[in-house]
Amino acid sequence: MMTFLNYILSGISLGSIYAIIALGYTMVYGIAKMLNFAHGDVIMVGAYICFFAVSRYSLPPLVGVIAAMAVCTVLGIVVERLAYKPLRAAPSLAVLITAIGVSYFLQNGAQLLWTPNPKVFSSVVGTGRLALFGGQLTVSYVTITTIASCIVIMVALSWFTGNTKMGKAMRACSEDKGAAQLMGINVNSTISVTFAIGSALAAVAGVLLCSAYPTLVPTTGAMPGIKAFTAAVFGGIGSIPGAFLGGLLLGVIEIFAKAYISTQLSDAVVFAVLIIVLLVKPAGLLGKQVSEKV
Amino acid sequence: MKRTTKKLLSFVMVLTMLMSLCSVFALADEGEAFKIGGTGPLTGGAAIYGNAAANGAQIAVDEINAEGGIQFELKYEDDAHDAEKAVNAYNALKDWGMQISLGSVTTAPCNATSAETFNDRIFALTPSASAVTVTDGKDNQFQMCFADPNQGSASAQYIFDQDLGSKIAVIWKNDEDYSTGIRNTFVEKAEELGLEIVSETTFAAGNDTDFTVQLTEAQNAGADLVFLPMYYQPASLILSQAAAMGYEPKWFGVDGMDGILTMEGFDPAMAEGVMLLTPFNADAEDERTQAFVAKYQELYDEVPNQFAADAYDCVYAYKQALEAAGATPDMSAEEINDLMMEQFTSMTFDGLTGEGMTWDATGAVSKSPKGMVIQDGAYVGL
Repeated sequence: MMTFLNYILSGISLGSIYAIIALGYTMVYGIAKMLNFAHGDVIMVGAYICFFAVSRYSLPPLVGVIAAMAVCTVLGIVVERLAYKPLRAAPSLAVLITAIGVSYFLQNGAQLLWTPNPKVFSSVVGTGRLALFGGQLTVSYVTITTIASCIVIMVALSWFTGNTKMGKAMRACSEDKGAAQLMGINVNSTISVTFAIGSALAAVAGVLLCSAYPTLVPTTGAMPGIKAFTAAVFGGIGSIPGAFLGGLLLGVIEIFAKAYISTQLSDAVVFAVLIIVLLVKPAGLLGKQVSEKV
Repeated sequence: MKRTTKKLLSFVMVLTMLMSLCSVFALADEGEAFKIGGTGPLTGGAAIYGNAAANGAQIAVDEINAEGGIQFELKYEDDAHDAEKAVNAYNALKDWGMQISLGSVTTAPCNATSAETFNDRIFALTPSASAVTVTDGKDNQFQMCFADPNQGSASAQYIFDQDLGSKIAVIWKNDEDYSTGIRNTFVEKAEELGLEIVSETTFAAGNDTDFTVQLTEAQNAGADLVFLPMYYQPASLILSQAAAMGYEPKWFGVDGMDGILTMEGFDPAMAEGVMLLTPFNADAEDERTQAFVAKYQELYDEVPNQFAADAYDCVYAYKQALEAAGATPDMSAEEINDLMMEQFTSMTFDGLTGEGMTWDATGAVSKSPKGMVIQDGAYVGL
């Protein structure tokens, strides 16, 4: 029973990280209608910035996190301006390939700047753990922080898109860019803000990812990025609660598949579940089915 | 008029092409140094191994060239730890005029390039690709590192002889030839010796961050020793997650574990008591090792790992073999190949990674692995 609870906790912890990354994917997709495959690599950049701030310059962890968020926000805006904005009118396939290009650029740039040698990230919340039920169940502080940050971010984002002027502008752009522009919304700056928020979230995800799994290399963000993309599709891409739900479920399914089916087949099980969900609900768990207007 | 111009133009172009071919031949013919080539991951996730090997080989080449006797020219091409890119890199080396090869640094690319060097009759000595498949059925492919079966069974034997644990858990990477190869022979030997394996779990690329399930299974099965046939990167994650869980078995690694202490930011206390079999120890007292380590630190600002030492040994083994065979740089790759096959199966070589190494006809090296344990952040001989 305690083992089961332990597995659930690690599943939720892993899932929360996927969920934060998936939020970035889903926001950009919802508003700009593009898959930003470089998102995973922004995570990696965020983790490196925090690593250098904390380990090399011995700054307090909180400053490291803020520095990582600031750098990633700027990076997100610059990438959007240079790589994606000129292609706004281009077919989506061209944008997709550009995003993959940016992803490679960031990975190789990081390798050039920071060498491919792995670095060990020291957790921003320390390595302590809570022992419950007389030590039978242990929860690390990283797990608690991760789950808490994930919930806070989800609620804040939902509030932001629902209640602020910028949030409303985002939803309007997401529905119909042309009409939004006619109503006096600056579509370009709205998309830039989306990228800025998405990239700042990526920095938080990077710091949490590396606090839980401390090896940092230039390809650190690639695989979690793909898993989180899967989570976003699973929950319904474009939907903020969907990304949250998808991320959590993906994490729990992955850990359970490993524990109760086979460590060899865990990824196969995860993707089999994804296929079944998409067969039953093609728009994902919480996705809206939008019929094409003819 | 137009047609004649075209004809003239094409004739001129054909001439230029022929001329350029001639110049290529002329360049290839001048031979004063032996051309050694190798492929390795100089970029990408496994770049630490490729760069270490390339650096180690370069140091050996510079030392030998400075002596003034036999001369080498070394070229490493990037394969990014990818079999397809390795073949492209190998072809580039062949165009360059490679006469002897250092194979590839990592196993999967080496499986691909060893098939090519075998077909092209170019002798290859890989510093570190340890799978049996690299040398299997290929008479001119040799290894400087232990072959995987050798490591797996030696580890099991060692654990048995020293009575290190009675219940053993194995965590291995099932999509990697290196890890799978060692695990297979380890399990075989352990069964033969009567060691009890209580838990066996795997992971794969893309699934190599969370090890809670694998560790919980090992802990629940009561394993008092965990065998980790893998590279140090996932191993460092396993050690830190086990520490977070409060699980403290004995850890036993293989040569891929080497490098864990040089990771930036790694807390050596995490690896305290980890045992491993490795052929090279940067802290060894002998003069040659110390000179090599000092030189490496001066040039590349880090402590060399066994990949660097293996590659360094490869170049010196070539020097010894080429001198003994009386080979000259103007010989073709195939002539050198035949001489090398004869030399390597009969010679004895002393290097940084072992004394009195010999090779059998399969290409596998025979040297004795050294048991090491990590104490206070350094390797200590067991």
